[in-house]
Order: sequence, then C-alpha cells, then structure tokens
Amino acid sequence: MSVDELKTLARGLRVDIVRMIEAAGSGHPGGSLSVVDILAALYTRVLRHRPEEPGWPERDRFLLSKGHACPALYAVLAHCGYFPKEKLSTLRRLDSPLQGHPDRLRLPGVEASTGSLGLGLSIGIGMALAAKLDKKGFHTWCVLGDGEMQEGQVWEAAMAAPQLKLGNLSMIADLNGGQIDGPVAEVMDLEPLSDKLKAFRWDVRVIDGHDFKQILDALEWAAAAKDRPAAILAKTVKGKGVSFMEGVIDWHGKAPNKDEADRAVREIESA
Amino acid sequence: MPKATRQAFGEALAELAASRPQVVVLDADLSKSTMTSLFGKKFPERRFQFGIAEANMIGAAAGLALCGKVPVVSSFACFLVGRLETIRVCAAYNRTNVKLVGTHAGLGIGDDGASQMGLEDLGALRSLPNLSILQPADELETRQMTEWMLDHDGPVYLRLTRQKTADVHGPDYRFKLGAADTVYEPPPGAPLQATLFASGGTVGEAVKAARALMDRGFRARAVNCGSLVPFDEEAVVRAAQDSARLVTLEDHHVNGGLGSAVCEAAARRACAVPVLRLGATEFGESGTAEELYEKRGLSWSHAAEACLRNLA
Repeated sequence: MSVDELKTLARGLRVDIVRMIEAAGSGHPGGSLSVVDILAALYTRVLRHRPEEPGWPERDRFLLSKGHACPALYAVLAHCGYFPKEKLSTLRRLDSPLQGHPDRLRLPGVEASTGSLGLGLSIGIGMALAAKLDKKGFHTWCVLGDGEMQEGQVWEAAMAAPQLKLGNLSMIADLNGGQIDGPVAEVMDLEPLSDKLKAFRWDVRVIDGHDFKQILDALEWAAAAKDRPAAILAKTVKGKGVSFMEGVIDWHGKAPNKDEADRAVREIESA
Repeated sequence: MPKATRQAFGEALAELAASRPQVVVLDADLSKSTMTSLFGKKFPERRFQFGIAEANMIGAAAGLALCGKVPVVSSFACFLVGRLETIRVCAAYNRTNVKLVGTHAGLGIGDDGASQMGLEDLGALRSLPNLSILQPADELETRQMTEWMLDHDGPVYLRLTRQKTADVHGPDYRFKLGAADTVYEPPPGAPLQATLFASGGTVGEAVKAARALMDRGFRARAVNCGSLVPFDEEAVVRAAQDSARLVTLEDHHVNGGLGSAVCEAAARRACAVPVLRLGATEFGESGTAEELYEKRGLSWSHAAEACLRNLA
C-alpha cells in the first residue's frame, strides 16, 4: 500500500471512527483520531498477521495499551477483514464484541483486553520473552498514550525491557498532548520523554505521527532493532482530521451528535 | 514431618517443571524466600528476574501466558495483592493462564511484623471472577495443589506459609478442587459441639483443638478447606446439620476469607447455625508465630474455647 493509498485508507478509517462513536453515543474520538494513521500503516504495511487465522502462532503481536482508542483499532481490524464492517455500528452495545474497551475474549484479533491504563507494555514484555524462549521471529508492538505514561507500571516495564534485551519489542507513544483533566504538560509533564527513555536504555526516534513516510520509516527501523527495544515517539494531534476536535480536550471522551458527525465526515472526505 | 508450605511448593515446582517445558518462573527479588530459587537453579533459562517491580512481573506473566507459557509468579502475599489492578485485568479479566503464588501469608510469618503479613489477600482476590484460590495445609497437599495448578488452564492464586505446618493428611489423601476434607472426626455418637473450619497455617491448630476437646469429652470435627474458590458449600451444609455451631479459624482478616466463605455458604443454603469467626481483626505485629497465634486468638486453645463458648 503506497503512501497515497494509506492516506485514502486513513480518511475512510476516520469516517468509521466518527460514525461508530456517533452511533454509540459515547466513546473517545480524540485519541482514536490521533492514533489511527499509525495503526493504518502498521496493520497494512508492517504487521505479519492473518485476519482469517487470528490465532496464527507466528503472527506479530499488537497491543493497544491505550484501550480507549479502540474505535481506531476496530476500524482497522474491520478493514483488514477480522469481522464485517457492519459490526462497527454495534460499538458499546449490549452483547457486541466491540466493547467500550477492547476485550480479547469477545473479539478475535484483539491480543489482550486493555483499558485500565499502564498495563500493555508489561504484557508486551511477556510476549517478547515468549518469542525469544521459543526462538520465534514475531515482533511485539505496543501503543501507549502520553497521559498513560504517567502510570508507574509503564516505567517498571520501561526499566525491564532493555534489561531483558528485548529487541523484538517496540513501543509507540501516541503523544497527542491531551488527557481528560487538561494538557499533559500541565496535568503531569512527561518531558523530557526522549531523554527519559534513552536513560532507561531504549533506542528512541521522534516522528510526526501523521506523516506516513516518517511513520513507515520508523516502524521499519523499530522492527529491525536487535538487542534493545525501540521507542517511537509519535507527535500527534488529538482529534486529527476534524478541525473542531483538533487539540480540544473536550473531545477526549465525547460523542459527536448527528450534526457534528456529518460536519466531521464532510471535512474528512474533502481533505 | 512439619514443613513450610512454601518449601514444599518450591520443591514440587522444581520437580514437576522437568516434564512441563512450558512452565516458566518470574521472580521479584524474593526467590530465596518464595523458594522458586529451587526452580531457578535447575532451569535458569526458564527463569526471569523482574526486580522489585511486582506489577510489571504480573503483566509480563500474562503476556507469556498469551503465548502458551505457564508462568508462575511469586512474592509475599501482601506484595502480590498490592498489585490488585494488574491482577484484576492481566490475570483475571484476560483469563490468562497465570499462576500467582503468595507466600508469607498472615501472622504466621512472625518477626518481620505487620507490613509483611498478607492478611487481606483473600478478601481482595475472592471477588475476582475466573480466579481459582487454593491454600494447602501441609506438604502433601501443597505438592498436589502445585501439580493441579500447573496443569489447570486458567489463573490460580496459591497461598502459602512461611512457617512450618504439621502434616494433617495421610498418604492416601487426594486433593480435589472445590472439596473440603475432614482432618479430624470424633467417633460416632452424640451430635457435635462444633465443626471447626480451617485453612493453611491454622489447620494443624484446628486438629489439635478437636483432639483436646475429645480428651475432655467434648466432640468437634476439624475440616480443612484447601479449595477456597471454588468453595465446598456442601461441607458447610453437612456441618450445620450435625453441629451446634461452626467455628472458622484462619490466618487472615475475619472479613473476606474463610470465615466469610463459610458464612456466605450458610446464608445461601439457609443453615440455621451460629458461626464464630476466629482470625485477624487488626494489623499484625512482631513476635513468633506461636506468640502471635496465642495473642490474636488463632491458637488451638482459643479454637477449643470457641467450640464451647456460651452463645446466649
């Protein structure tokens, strides 16, 4: 898939995200729209996986530690063929496999149930260790949010992954700069994040998380890492692609009404 | 021979892992205390050190389990349950095949004092769906539970003692999930003054209490509840039918553990029987295990007294 094709795909995924959250009447558009370009590139260009065989043992593992951004994951999984696209409109409904936060036991393709923040990187460490033990070549990817990185367990994991020499584990931080109570820098600043992770012995690369060329280069770089885990710090815009949502904290966890969703979709499609 | 259940676990694990290549062990700087060091010496390539960072260790265990491994994580009971959120999501909610082993349960650890005594772990963990909870009384039961735990597909919490516990089972004993077993039964005769329910470090005390009562002409049964989740409700119903009272004896807070499990069973099955719960009601303190069991009302003599206490 070329960069132009990725851009087209991402527009479609953004429409899916807006429409499914509108239909659900609740959900997290801001962080879904900030991470969706990364997921689109990862799932279509980098991840070795078989949608028709979600349990394929050799598959690369993907963990959405910031589980509230699952509308983006669901849109990508549907695009890849893990389930019919019509299911997207059942988000957050009773008995739907598309739970408010990802549930691995209800939706094939979800590697781990997440939503309680700060846990995913630890799970990724276990998966990467298992790969090493079994001498398997799969890579484990974990997407974290920047607000999420305030959790202490993230730093326990950040300390452990280089010690365990997990070159087959990569972290992608979706740095959209916002969290529920305000800007991350005001709530609890993470900076200098790159220096922190380097001090924890990670290989670090900072990119524009909406520039597909940079995303693809970074994913390739991380996948090729050998003895140390790689961290991709992706600077993103919360609510990216919908002007009235971009950078507006209020859209962290609010559903658009019909009118707002229509406006958002028109904007995305004409971009 | 009296043996600490953590010791029996460590020996069994190192032995059973030989024929179970999927078993891996994760440590948080306490392997010499939880006795997983015995496994580590034998299978260094399957043992991972996580440092004093239990939450990450539990999360990593979930990841290993999701890739087909059988990860055993251990620490003191209080330090494991202190990472309840990680246990809740990574082990229970994800229903991963993680084996959580909490050693140094309760007042029985003695000298180290209150901050190291797990007295609330059962209360917290019993409310998690999908999680089986076991507490062996002696070496034989520990070995059998360890084997069951490794072969069972699903998250398990195994609660172990620092101190040595007396053998309460004969060689024919076979652990069965969800089943309590009688470790002392008075000879047939008149109805019983009491049935004593105990688990883990207090089972030996319960047996001693029942024997001492018999010597004085009083009749009490001692029941070992090794399987706390699932719990043997029928054992409570049967005891309520032939005993004037039920007495629970546990090295845990009286709320949330064995005493609660017995009361829940009695209430659910409408058993009209008084239940006296002996266990911790405050944080612990330093002292020997024996001194603490005596001071906090967990010794056999307290249990025997409770069996005869005027309930009016």
